[in-house]
Amino acid sequence: MEGLGRLMKTYTYTEKKDTRSGFGAGLAELGRTNPNVVALCADLIGSLKMEKFIEENPERFFQIGIAEANMMGIAAGLTIGGKIPFTGTFANFSTGRVYDQIRQSIAYSDKNVKICASHAGLTLGEDGATHQILEDIGLMKMLPGMTVINTCDYNQTKAATIAIAAHHGPVYLRFGRPVVPIFTPEDQKFEIGKAVMLTEGTDVTIVATGHLVWEALEASKVLFEKGITAEVINIHTIKPLDEEAILKSVAKTGCIVTAEEHNYLGGLGESVARVLALNNPTPQEFVATNDTFGESGTPAQLMDKYGLNSAAIVEKALNVIKRK
Amino acid sequence: MPNTKHLEDLTIQVRRDILRMVHKVNSGHPGGSLGCTEFLVSLYNEIMERKEGFDMDGIGEDLFFLSNGHISPVFYSVISRAGYFPVEELNTFRLLNSRLQGHPTTHEGLPGVRIASGSLGQGMSVALGAAQAKKLNGDKHLVYTLHGDGELQEGQNWEAIMYAAAKKVDNIISTIDLNGQQIDGSTDEVLPMGSIKAKFEAFGWVVVEIEEGNNIDAILKGMAEAKSKTGKGKPVCVLLKTIMGHGVDFMMYTHAWHGKAPNDEQLAKGLAQNPETLGDY
Repeated sequence: MEGLGRLMKTYTYTEKKDTRSGFGAGLAELGRTNPNVVALCADLIGSLKMEKFIEENPERFFQIGIAEANMMGIAAGLTIGGKIPFTGTFANFSTGRVYDQIRQSIAYSDKNVKICASHAGLTLGEDGATHQILEDIGLMKMLPGMTVINTCDYNQTKAATIAIAAHHGPVYLRFGRPVVPIFTPEDQKFEIGKAVMLTEGTDVTIVATGHLVWEALEASKVLFEKGITAEVINIHTIKPLDEEAILKSVAKTGCIVTAEEHNYLGGLGESVARVLALNNPTPQEFVATNDTFGESGTPAQLMDKYGLNSAAIVEKALNVIKRK
Repeated sequence: MPNTKHLEDLTIQVRRDILRMVHKVNSGHPGGSLGCTEFLVSLYNEIMERKEGFDMDGIGEDLFFLSNGHISPVFYSVISRAGYFPVEELNTFRLLNSRLQGHPTTHEGLPGVRIASGSLGQGMSVALGAAQAKKLNGDKHLVYTLHGDGELQEGQNWEAIMYAAAKKVDNIISTIDLNGQQIDGSTDEVLPMGSIKAKFEAFGWVVVEIEEGNNIDAILKGMAEAKSKTGKGKPVCVLLKTIMGHGVDFMMYTHAWHGKAPNDEQLAKGLAQNPETLGDY
């Protein structure tokens, strides 16, 4: 590993935390710094880690009850009068359940609502497929004008939460339930639509989002031991996509693996494939769920069963290199 | 005393606008539009406190949200004649590249519109958010809404109705256009809703009934009563009994003209019943 450190940038962590806590911390900070920020929740305050904001700004918090459609409409209305509403519920109830409300009252009406969605994907775990949405990135990215962000760790989620308040327009911010390594810097500058290069390499590009970013870094270590250098890119913003970063990388590596906790249909991988098809057709492999619902299990068991881990990324990387 | 003569003249002129707009493009919704003409004319010209010009936030003025967006013809005519955009622009209703889309939207930047509507049942939630923003801003002005009665079949309304009372949103006056008609027939045929008054009251709203919803004096009186009940801890509902197609005899008392435009002959007949008052666009 001595040599590895010399030749390749490696990432370590000392602490694990859930990304939803990063959202809670970011929201609390916004509560102190931006008087226009208001928060709404549909009976999931604890799950969304919104307690601090509520404690410090009770007058700027709206408990909607179990009524997500109403929450999206109220959020749209609060923008009329200059507020910046952050809605909080699970990803499933933030998107699929309220698609038409988001489409008409928020996206088409160009309202400055921040849809903050926790428990996205399989890592919601034991509650099972009713709550594990794997289609939300697709649903949200299809809406004209919607910004779609999926963060990878506590620090990045906190930074993203703060950054989206300064962006005018609807945003879908996706994060999750389980504790995951914190490996991005606490003081990072979060730029919407700007990919983050994590490791440089020449053999394969790995573009990952959300919880799969850490898995991609783990995969890059395994690949390095096999003599393969992988360029790992953290795509926290799926829309607008940092096309330049992707094209620049594949110009060097000639192949790409995309990795996400989402169905391959409608996900990051499809967005990347379009960019490549238009500009530089490149062999691509997808680490994503394969047009399926999830099921009950621990987050780790589910990620293993559905092939959303570092081993799957390594396998796809080896495959795609052969296709060059 | 309000100048009801002017409101009467404006009502007739707006009826003409509605008929001409939907006739020109052979599409649109004249029935509900005609039924709500007296109400919207009164609201914009006598009841609401409005600032000059238009800004999205609407701080320091009353706001209106149209939830049943398909009655866009009456909405566009009333807001253009209230000064939000040139009346000539009514000529572009439903045409390509127009700001006057089939259903109202903010997307094309039409002044006077604050939310897209058309997919039913969403307007009350939006209005509640705007009403709560007014409270946060210390703005004492009111938020008005209009909904179809058939629209109340959408479940989101009842989430909003429950919320409004629970959170004491008492700076909103939501009017229900009780014309008893929807696309497939009368509301009683399609999905009987029982007593809408009892439902609102059971949900904790104050209800004001306007029996003659096409009579300007009755509207002004009823809305004044509704306004007097705001600020007392409860949201206020106005049940406005209207006649769909009001003012054009062959369009009245039927759902047939919900979403159908008159032909040339029917247009001529409708216009003859509503002679020009303030000038056609």
